[in-house]
Amino acid sequence: MAYSDKVIEHYENPRNVGTLDKNDDHVGTGLVGAPACGDVMRLQIRVNDDGVIEDAKFKTFGCGSAIASSSLATEWIKGKTLDEAAEIKNETIAKELNLPPVKIHCSVLAEDAIKSAIDDFRKKQASRREGNT
Amino acid sequence: MAIKLPIYLDYHATTPMDRRVLDEMLPYFTEDFGNAASRTHAFGWKAESAVGVARERIAKMINADKPEEIIFTSGATESDNLALKGIAEFYGDKGKHIITSRIEHKAILDSGKRLEKMGFEVTYLDVDKQGFVDPAHVRAAIRPDTILCSVMLANNEVGTVQPIREIGAVCREKGVLFHTDAVQGIGRIEFDVQSMNVDLASITAHKMYGPKGVGALYVRRSKPRVRLVSQMDGGGHERGYRSGTLNVPGIVGFGKAAEIITHEWRDEAARVSRLRDSLYKKITAELDEVFVNGPWPAIDSSGKVLRLPNNLNISFAYVEGESILMSLKNVSVSSGSACTSASLEPSYVLRALGVEEELAHTSIRFGLGRFTTEEEIEYAANLTVSSIKRLRDLSPLYEMAKEGIDLKSIAWTAH
Repeated sequence: MAYSDKVIEHYENPRNVGTLDKNDDHVGTGLVGAPACGDVMRLQIRVNDDGVIEDAKFKTFGCGSAIASSSLATEWIKGKTLDEAAEIKNETIAKELNLPPVKIHCSVLAEDAIKSAIDDFRKKQASRREGNT
Repeated sequence: MAIKLPIYLDYHATTPMDRRVLDEMLPYFTEDFGNAASRTHAFGWKAESAVGVARERIAKMINADKPEEIIFTSGATESDNLALKGIAEFYGDKGKHIITSRIEHKAILDSGKRLEKMGFEVTYLDVDKQGFVDPAHVRAAIRPDTILCSVMLANNEVGTVQPIREIGAVCREKGVLFHTDAVQGIGRIEFDVQSMNVDLASITAHKMYGPKGVGALYVRRSKPRVRLVSQMDGGGHERGYRSGTLNVPGIVGFGKAAEIITHEWRDEAARVSRLRDSLYKKITAELDEVFVNGPWPAIDSSGKVLRLPNNLNISFAYVEGESILMSLKNVSVSSGSACTSASLEPSYVLRALGVEEELAHTSIRFGLGRFTTEEEIEYAANLTVSSIKRLRDLSPLYEMAKEGIDLKSIAWTAH
């Protein structure tokens, strides 16, 4: 399998690797994929009071394309509002990284991870509001 | 000493040609280019005589009774096809049942599938967790209409060395022909068609430091006399078993490779086995949660070889195989991960051994060989260790496992 230069670059220098405190109210965590399928992504966002993603971290179990897709996703969502981040499509990730057809599922997983992290954050906020009333 | 990169550790896939083999082949491309089937002039005689020498050397390597029992083919895939389909066609009136195992090479499994479509019945024996076929299962599977049993000498992925002698004895006792795909075992472990009661054996030159594109099928000529129907029609070469002009330079190289193995295999196996063991030690000294796939230790307490001396197949839990390959960019190895296969399915061999899919995705196969050096193993081991550590730092699964989270308790979203 020949990788694009962009995949190799992200694989060798992944951005935003790490862990945020998943119990923090400002943090949303998305955990998608399955070990049995060969890829799992965990993408986390920290959202400020203006609804802007001020930090993002990831860890990924998967091939080079999966690592690159999640690395790129964290890079793109930082500084975006939740609604803007939710707009990111797997096709855009796949295009940016020149993913071949057999690796498109890696970009799909990255899109799912973003959405899942946003969902998690919104659920937390909703339950906190319920708790307050 | 500076080492040359990339390092080749994929000797199960193919081997580089030995220089001594090449030297012996060269004249047969140019000066001695004759067709071995040309009976009317010296060019043909010379080619025929060179093929004869090669046939003798290959027969000697596997302890065949007569050189005529060696039928040259284009490689082991053709040999496997000829063995299964040729036997099925010849003995089909006697019975339509064939026995093999789940971890055979695709040339066997897919020939079996083809035969099933043609009205044959194939039993695929399960293997145990280390990849062994149980001779008692072979015995139990044999029926009055069983004509052939085919079990490989050693597995190409996990290195399991099958109890061929025992299986051969069962087949002989029951009057069932016994074929073995001996490709991975030749030159690495003992192989003797007499003491092992082997009736047919597939071998190929390019896995034993010879050229690609040439192989052979050993077909026993007496006790029992094995017959088969050729699968290639034409000029009746190879006593009618395999038509087609002989690849004389290839066959000459194959013969030289066989001669070298006859003399050198024991020393080579011992040396390669030491290097393999040191690779294992270096890796396991530095990394936790690594699991060897296939038999380990490689030799049992009685000194019996359970695993090919050049094979090490390891699962590095929590890191995906293709990402490991990417990291080991100067070390050429292979993986049982789905991502590296054309089918996007993890290795059927690992699955047959009961390796969980999670771990099958994390497997790396190291294959050592004649030209592997200590320095190369040192380099490969160090790079493997640093790569796995880096990738585990990137792995959510490793972090979760270290926090004590049971990964099986999580409702994963299969995709």
